[in-house]
Amino acid sequence: MSGGHSTYTPKTGFGRWIDARLPLPRLIYDSFVAYPVPRNLNYAYTFGGILSLMLAAQILTGVVLAMHYAANTELAFGSVEKIMRDVNSGWLLRYLHANGASFFFVAVYVHIFRGLYYGSYKAPRELLWILGCIIYLLMMATAFMGYVLPWGQMSFWGATVITGFFSAIPLVGDWIQQLLLGGFAVENPTLNRFFSLHYLLPFMIAGVVILHIWALHVTGQTNPTGIEVKQKTDTVAFTPYATIKDGFAMVVFLFVFAYFVFYMPNYLGHPDNYIEADPLKTPAHIVPEWYFLPFYAMLRAITFNIGPIDSKLGGVLVMFGSIALLFLTPWLDTSKVRSAAYRPWYKIFFWLFVADAILLGWLGSRPAEGLYVAMAQIGTLYYYAFFLVVMPVLGLIETPRRLPNSITEAVLEKNKAGSLAAQPVSQR
Amino acid sequence: MSDTDSTHIPEHSRRDFLYVATGMAGAVGAAAVAWPFIDQMRPDASTLALASIQVDVSAVQPGMSLTVKWRGHPVFIRNRTEQEIAAAQETPLDQLKDPVARNDNLPADTPATDLARSAGEGKENWLVMIGVCTHLGCIPLGQSGEYGGWFCPCHGSVYDTAGRVRGGPAPENMAIPAFQFISDTVVQIG
Repeated sequence: MSGGHSTYTPKTGFGRWIDARLPLPRLIYDSFVAYPVPRNLNYAYTFGGILSLMLAAQILTGVVLAMHYAANTELAFGSVEKIMRDVNSGWLLRYLHANGASFFFVAVYVHIFRGLYYGSYKAPRELLWILGCIIYLLMMATAFMGYVLPWGQMSFWGATVITGFFSAIPLVGDWIQQLLLGGFAVENPTLNRFFSLHYLLPFMIAGVVILHIWALHVTGQTNPTGIEVKQKTDTVAFTPYATIKDGFAMVVFLFVFAYFVFYMPNYLGHPDNYIEADPLKTPAHIVPEWYFLPFYAMLRAITFNIGPIDSKLGGVLVMFGSIALLFLTPWLDTSKVRSAAYRPWYKIFFWLFVADAILLGWLGSRPAEGLYVAMAQIGTLYYYAFFLVVMPVLGLIETPRRLPNSITEAVLEKNKAGSLAAQPVSQR
Repeated sequence: MSDTDSTHIPEHSRRDFLYVATGMAGAVGAAAVAWPFIDQMRPDASTLALASIQVDVSAVQPGMSLTVKWRGHPVFIRNRTEQEIAAAQETPLDQLKDPVARNDNLPADTPATDLARSAGEGKENWLVMIGVCTHLGCIPLGQSGEYGGWFCPCHGSVYDTAGRVRGGPAPENMAIPAFQFISDTVVQIG
């Protein structure tokens, strides 16, 4: 896939026969065996591989769950309980799928924050970054619709609130909302189409993932120094180096995942979703799944009208805008230095941004009243300021630290300092 | 200028025209094929058939209320007591957060007087209202809250006995659907 010269040589006659007709083994060899990766990649760079694994796992568990699920408001809740009690290993498959969604988001958030920290979005990787943003949007749509399928109270009321966002759009809002719902409220047509789309979207994600990896292999990976690969000593072969590192990270990640699946499978869910949906009774607190909480907090932070925009539409615009900012990030950051490792001020603002995202997540789980609202407003302000003020201005005024000349130099410098420090003073 | 040039130009523009015309026909065709795929998402005939219901309210005594389901939403039908009507009538309009009646049976700019919120002259005791909080779509609890009307447990919006928002984050009074009493005891909604 990359611009590099292919080094694949089939060893058998059958291999040569295939290679002359459909060089798929060559593509795989060039992309995942001989493909050169920077030698200084750390564990933050293993989450792309983990995400591929989670996508495959979600599709696998999802396809088998669909064999037992009934997308009908009369049957859906019961069929999920049947999966939990009657279907052989059904409890395991459902817990893997439900917690798998959460861990998919854990991995994607680490992956996105890693990109923001090391400046992975900067030229020439803008399209790579935007494809990632599209995957993230598709993931959010898939997760939202999947959460509706068990037809519990949170499923129903979450769907009511979220489809209600669209009614805030002037003029065509109600029409769009009815188009999504297939009626005037969340009912059987809604559940049916959400199931259909929930089955479709993961395959669309897989398609965009292929484009994402293609774009990655054209530009090559970034690395913690942010310096482009310049010489052969800057890289190592994907196999075994990256394969083993990715594999080890996957094992550790799956350890934590398995702990949740087997020991606290409902910790990330909401107890109200084990009550069947009741259109005439609202739960006391409607909260979305944890991975949407920061956006929910921003939605509710807009309690005031902004000129002709009322608070409801304002909240919806602020929420969608917070994701739109990600798409613009490659052009908002004006710094010539890619990695935060060499940007002392950006590093501080970055960690503040991480803290802000976590704070907003916590606020999203609190009731929208009193001090919580004021805190969410401050959090929302910083979220926007990070992209619209810090990123453009800091690039112009910050003095970055001295950059090493190459990845090799950075690695050797670090090793030298490390080995000197490790030696006892007397032996020097 | 040679003859070939002068004959060349109209031929060229005729070919352009054919390209554009073919492209246009293709675009219109694609749109025509795409429409059914969007159209099927709209509320279907069986959903629309439920668009109007008839409810017998003869058993609802003053002070009681009835909740029926209409278009997937709860509709509150409340037979209000004399005191509840009086409390709502005595509220000055400038104390209301939303001054508009939000009554589909009346012009859109009708002020939110108690009469404009009720079922009209002679039926002031009846309040027929979509029981959905105008904030984020929760269902408020009846006969509760500061004004004895409704209270939304989600985010604390308070409504009075005429279903008008009096406090909390909700922006509008609860909506009144198109309805009419087709006899003294039967109300048709929708």
